[in-house]
Amino acid sequence: MLLIRCPYCEMERPELEFRYGGEAHVARPLDPMATSDDEWADYLYFRSNPRGLHAERWRHINGCGRFFNAIRDTVSDKIVVTYKAGEARPATTGEIA
Amino acid sequence: MSDHAVMMASRRGPLHGLSLPKGTDFSLSEAPHAARFILRGDGASVAAFGPAAPKPLQGSAAGTRTALWLGPYEFLLLAPEEDATTVEAGLKATLPAGTSSLVDISHRQIGLVLEGRLAARCLSAGCPLDLALAAFPVGMATRTIYLKTEIVLWRQAETRFHVEVWRSFAPYLVGHLADALAGTNGL
Repeated sequence: MLLIRCPYCEMERPELEFRYGGEAHVARPLDPMATSDDEWADYLYFRSNPRGLHAERWRHINGCGRFFNAIRDTVSDKIVVTYKAGEARPATTGEIA
Repeated sequence: MSDHAVMMASRRGPLHGLSLPKGTDFSLSEAPHAARFILRGDGASVAAFGPAAPKPLQGSAAGTRTALWLGPYEFLLLAPEEDATTVEAGLKATLPAGTSSLVDISHRQIGLVLEGRLAARCLSAGCPLDLALAAFPVGMATRTIYLKTEIVLWRQAETRFHVEVWRSFAPYLVGHLADALAGTNGL
């Protein structure tokens, strides 16, 4: 079973306790009324879908209940690092493992 | 006898009619009815309840009252059933308004007590956490899952666990624990 380190519990926990929450660091436009339709559609529907390292939101729903962010390699499914929600994306090498 | 008294007399718990394992290696019993609250707020708020603020993944007890850490700013408070009103009144008076909440969940879930040297093994049949004493020491408490149901697991002693489960899931959990016990063949 995949073990995911929860940055709030500060321990590795089984993946069954977690839910995936989509791409991380997608910022809602501060003033939706001032954005064009294209910009709004881009915010709503378009994601980066990279091959390699991907910053994404996870929730420790059957544990501490907290959302946090993880950087996962979409090729190997290996989670490189996890960090608390609100923190900046840590530096990681962008190579495909 | 009033209608209300008749209704109360026929009140049945979710485990009514089920046979629970009662052996020396593994016994399963329902914990006494309790007052339960979810406190969302700062750890310091727990002090008005009684026990010291529990550390992450730990339980903290004082007398008959227990606070379990569920997450940052989230605590499960357990007290004897008759203390429900005093707990609520005591915390209401001290909780900072706007940044905390207190919800009575006494009847949402029930407590189970698992005892015996096979308790950890029966739990391991459905709980993906490592329940070895080194990885899950006495005093540790956490919300986790057992097969498809969410539980709160608290290790009170090496061979004694307290489990909180939502009442409608309780027969499911008890059935699978009994099944797990059969699968151990007493080893």
